[in-house]
Amino acid sequence: MTVQNPLIVSGDAMVGRTWAPARPKPRRPRRTTWAAVGFLSPLLVYLVVFYAYPLYTNVSLSLHNYTRATYVTGNAPFVGLDIYRQVIGSPLFLPIVEQTAFFVIVSLVFQYTIGLALAVFFQRNFPLSTVMRGLFLVPWLLPIIVSATTWQWMMDADSGVINRILGIFHIAPVWWLNADHSLVAVTIANIWLGIPFNLVILYSGLQNIPPELYEAAALDGAGRRRQFWSITFPLLRPVTAITLLLGFVYTIKVVDIIWIMTFGTGSSQTLATWAYAMSTGKGTSAVIKYSQASVVGTILLLIALVMGFVYLALQRRSED
Amino acid sequence: MTVHRTWWKTAIGVTLTVVMLFPVYWMINVSLTQRDAIRAGDFYPKSFTLDHYRVAFHQQLPFLATSLVISIATVLLTLLIAAPAGYALSRLYVPGRGTLNFLLIVAQMIPAVVMSIGLYQIYSNLGTLDTLPGLIIADSTIAVPFAVLLYSAFMAGIPRELIQAAQVDGASHWRTFRSIALPISRNASVTAALFTFLWAWSDFLFASTLNRGGGNLRPITLGIYDYIGSQNQEWGPLMATAVIASVPTAILLVFAQRYVAAGAIAGAVKD
Repeated sequence: MTVQNPLIVSGDAMVGRTWAPARPKPRRPRRTTWAAVGFLSPLLVYLVVFYAYPLYTNVSLSLHNYTRATYVTGNAPFVGLDIYRQVIGSPLFLPIVEQTAFFVIVSLVFQYTIGLALAVFFQRNFPLSTVMRGLFLVPWLLPIIVSATTWQWMMDADSGVINRILGIFHIAPVWWLNADHSLVAVTIANIWLGIPFNLVILYSGLQNIPPELYEAAALDGAGRRRQFWSITFPLLRPVTAITLLLGFVYTIKVVDIIWIMTFGTGSSQTLATWAYAMSTGKGTSAVIKYSQASVVGTILLLIALVMGFVYLALQRRSED
Repeated sequence: MTVHRTWWKTAIGVTLTVVMLFPVYWMINVSLTQRDAIRAGDFYPKSFTLDHYRVAFHQQLPFLATSLVISIATVLLTLLIAAPAGYALSRLYVPGRGTLNFLLIVAQMIPAVVMSIGLYQIYSNLGTLDTLPGLIIADSTIAVPFAVLLYSAFMAGIPRELIQAAQVDGASHWRTFRSIALPISRNASVTAALFTFLWAWSDFLFASTLNRGGGNLRPITLGIYDYIGSQNQEWGPLMATAVIASVPTAILLVFAQRYVAAGAIAGAVKD
């Protein structure tokens, strides 16, 4: 089972075939190397100047004690890992890590489960199914500020439509956006945003499962439920792994949906919004704390690096 | 029997779609409701008005124009860097190609907030804060790794005979790239361009950190954000602006839905 994923398909094997290293003519590789340098140099310059340099700056900020004053003069003293100790030792750190974990894990579980259920629902065509699958993409393609402001208004305690609908069922109004509930509120909005992505990827994974398998299973008397657990779910495992990994990466770095709905106040503060708040001196951070912000940023950077290696491992495994 | 069963599925599907799209409906509903009726929360625009759109266009036109400029420029910059790089990575001998691929994958996993912290300091030293080129470059960092990987995956699938035929005829690499690889990769270009446009159009994080003081030369996302920041949130014009800002999404869905799926399956798209 190969994942229908160009990044995976175009692994070493494929590119190796296009550049046949088996019989290199003495002069060819040299020429192509120079050509390759030419074609690649814009990207290489770009990566160094606009990726490596900002990331280096971020890490450097985290190792120097920058305040508003030293930020301007540029003479911030080198303090090693002092600010890391300060940030990790802060009473805010642990709760924020827990909230981030809640936000990411609950989002992933619901996005994946609902996405998979919908993918199975749409697996075989029925009238209007293509149109509906198209409409399901909307939450993902809308600018996040649009979705976030709409959810913010829908979750308004007094005039929000969600509390009105709850009222029909005699459920007391919920203060969605207050300190206690804001984490649940932003998680709900984020699940809504992430369902289409899961649906699209899992749907394409389902299309790769040969229909004969289901036919054979039906002949053997396996019901729908049995078919799902014995065929669909096991064969989707590689796609599931990639979907959850990418979902994790994209969820942990979410700032805008949370920021626009709650400014990261109360329980909705995550590592990413905390870094954003401290770097801009907005929301819960009344003053700009560059160094502290970049410490949190560097932690997020390390997580991204680890996830890159996990991705590589998954990619290798699905090529075997 | 079968017909009966599929119509039953359609009925469930319609229900699910209605639930899923309810927030979008609600946004449109609010945008068409008169100011003093908004808090009543009617399920359809009972007190209908188009005033909010008039206000929104009046206030937001400069921001919309700025967003358009930024998005188009970001697309051009991204494709200019990504297409040749994708060609080299898939068709030419590149030492350390595996490492470069890995770096690109990691690059698209880096949180934008981390990039913005670094870029803010660099920009404030260079004096490029609150400028359009600064924001365009920042926005392109969301898209360049994705576009390179997309091009390289696509161009790896070009039949070898086509490339060889051109080179036997004496075409240079540049010529092969321009006259053969690039035209064949039209689908990759469209997909990369669409996503880049949408990301640049939707960007809030870079705009709010690197272009906060840009005046009229700020994108529409900050135009919307201005409403949120204000003391008395004006929901009518806010929702009307949100609807207007969603127009590119709608166009994309109507005209280019298959490219969207292709981009998602490239396994590299952010949500």
